[in-house]
Amino acid sequence: MDILRFITAGSVDDGKSTLIGRLLYDSKNIMVDQLEAMEKQTKNRAEGDIDLALLTDGLRAEREQGITIDVAYKYFTTPKRKFIIADAPGHIQYTRNMVTGASNSDLIIILVDARNGVAEQTRRHSIIASLLNMPQVIVAVNKMDLVDYSQDVYNNIVIEYAKLARALGLNDVTYIPISALKGDNIVERSAELQWYEGQSLLHLLENVEVEKVINLDKARFPVQYVIRPQTETLHDYRGYAGKIISGIYRKGDAVTVLPSGATSKIKEIETDGGRPVDEAFATQAIVLHLEEDIDVSRGDVIVLNNDLPQTAQELEVLLCWMDSKPLIPGNKYLLQINSTRVRSIVKDITYRMDVNSLEKNYAPAQAELNDIVKVVIKTALPVVYDSYKDLRVNGGAILIDETSNVTVGACMIQ
Amino acid sequence: MSNYHLDYLDELESESIHIFREVAGQFEKPALLFSGGKDSITLVHLALKAFRPGKFPFPLVHIDTGHNFPEALQFRDYLAEQIGEKLIVRHVEDTIKAKRLTEQKGKFASRNQLQTYTLLDTIEEFGFDACIGGARRDEEKARAKERIFSVRDEFGQWDPKRQRPELWNIYNGKIHKGENVRAFPISNWTELDVWNYIRREKIELPSIYFAHDREVLEYEGQYVAISDFIRIDETDVIVQKKVRYRTVGDMTCTAAVASNASTIEDIISEIIATKTSERGETRIDDKVSEAAMEDRKKNGYF
Repeated sequence: MDILRFITAGSVDDGKSTLIGRLLYDSKNIMVDQLEAMEKQTKNRAEGDIDLALLTDGLRAEREQGITIDVAYKYFTTPKRKFIIADAPGHIQYTRNMVTGASNSDLIIILVDARNGVAEQTRRHSIIASLLNMPQVIVAVNKMDLVDYSQDVYNNIVIEYAKLARALGLNDVTYIPISALKGDNIVERSAELQWYEGQSLLHLLENVEVEKVINLDKARFPVQYVIRPQTETLHDYRGYAGKIISGIYRKGDAVTVLPSGATSKIKEIETDGGRPVDEAFATQAIVLHLEEDIDVSRGDVIVLNNDLPQTAQELEVLLCWMDSKPLIPGNKYLLQINSTRVRSIVKDITYRMDVNSLEKNYAPAQAELNDIVKVVIKTALPVVYDSYKDLRVNGGAILIDETSNVTVGACMIQ
Repeated sequence: MSNYHLDYLDELESESIHIFREVAGQFEKPALLFSGGKDSITLVHLALKAFRPGKFPFPLVHIDTGHNFPEALQFRDYLAEQIGEKLIVRHVEDTIKAKRLTEQKGKFASRNQLQTYTLLDTIEEFGFDACIGGARRDEEKARAKERIFSVRDEFGQWDPKRQRPELWNIYNGKIHKGENVRAFPISNWTELDVWNYIRREKIELPSIYFAHDREVLEYEGQYVAISDFIRIDETDVIVQKKVRYRTVGDMTCTAAVASNASTIEDIISEIIATKTSERGETRIDDKVSEAAMEDRKKNGYF
């Protein structure tokens, strides 16, 4: 059994929360007391059926306003897989939450209302999916019950979306007609949609391959913490603790510590708090020991010599701005990539991307909340990274406002 | 499928260890909130994997309400002793006396809310800048929306509308003086994941998790242990029942479930078969209002 992390995205009222509620409900992952609580609230709202969306609308403010204001995480399990769902809101002002949810997902389900087709928000979400390099996309054409389960309506949406996907370079797209409200094609194939020959949504989710998400070729090990017991029996013990974010490490491998460039060999690999092993791979949390006594500390990256990452102080970055204060060129921020944090300055905003037309508006004066811009960032110290397109886990970074300490930007390093 | 493939429990474990080490790497004075319940025992087990053969870079801290199950307290002391880590205990009773706090009244008067005062005082006393806790997102709807690194203000308050976006596996633990972070390494684990992990790792648990005979009173379909902390009315029916605990909180607000499960395997079978959620079945305090947990968190609760 493995884990699939996915995100659902769509416009307001496209039925995201209903879809998640339906997946949990029909796969028998909702408990009786949760159902009772939902029934009680549904009555309060004077509606008929159980409102499945209530399952994910967790906060009082959301229930009062009938909206979703933040990413909610939900979990369900089938005999095949454990699923972690990020339910991201569709409101335009909350795009940053979608970026957040997508950054931790292997797959995105983009909901399209069958009555409206590919809408402005669909485009925006698809563009974000492509910027975040989502490995797999499922386009779920929802509310098929409201268009009489029409194959023509569905086909037209598929044709329209395929054009968008091509333009965005989204290669792995699967289409499926559903009704989250009625349960069509969610767990079982729908009797109303005989013309559809594919699998149900749950079946799709259970069977997509997630292995390709993890890269086993490029070995990257960011050091998080140095274990030095300094006791009498372990006087010389010096272990570098961290998680292998990609690749495979073996005892005896020649390694380079970046950004310093010092070289050494792997003397020992430990897992489970001190158990020696001969090899370890992504995404295991381990402790590495090196032959030479060289200076290694938190933030350094230990890599294999055969495939080195980039090391630079000037980065070209695609940036999603997430703060209500605008980004002004010349401002200083902390840039954090994995466990490394360095001071940095955003030098220029090259262009702002119009997420509806994909057009580039060159040299804007500043970037606002939810803008996606191309910037040049200069850092005080060299940063070890890979291009986000090549290696998501070592190409994503955040910007932190040093005065408010808030995470203000999501960086995809080019 | 290649040989380089992690089982879901391995993946969860490695994510949690990564979070532990981020806390250790980013904060000056972290603490691990430890109650002797299964989730915090799992945290200790993960911390051993994250930091051994070194010492934990934080003490274990327990906020003792005075209403805890004796079995859980014994286990708390036993485990701290066994792993040789420092345990700090602070008592809600002392805070009530020192600050003249008013205790809840009623049949199942709970100190759950007062616990927050002692927790905040303890954070201040030791200058903790991060508190690691065993909250899981599957437990409750408000928890489902909380970040893994959850920033709290000077009053320990959670503001759900002003949460920092948490991207990739990058955790931003930057805070101002006086603020602190609550870090939740097992956010992405479900109840069943925890039990499966306990089984796989052969983690030792307090005896109350297994079926045992106990004097309980039946109250609105729930079994509440007889103790000095609840009010027993004349009309109450006290029975001897074979029960186990699915969660371990205060004796006043945690209900037992009827069970014959004497091994971890039995417990897992029962949990798979159950139709009621963990908190729904065992927590008396969550039923008060739909937003009970959201409100408590906003007030500085865990």
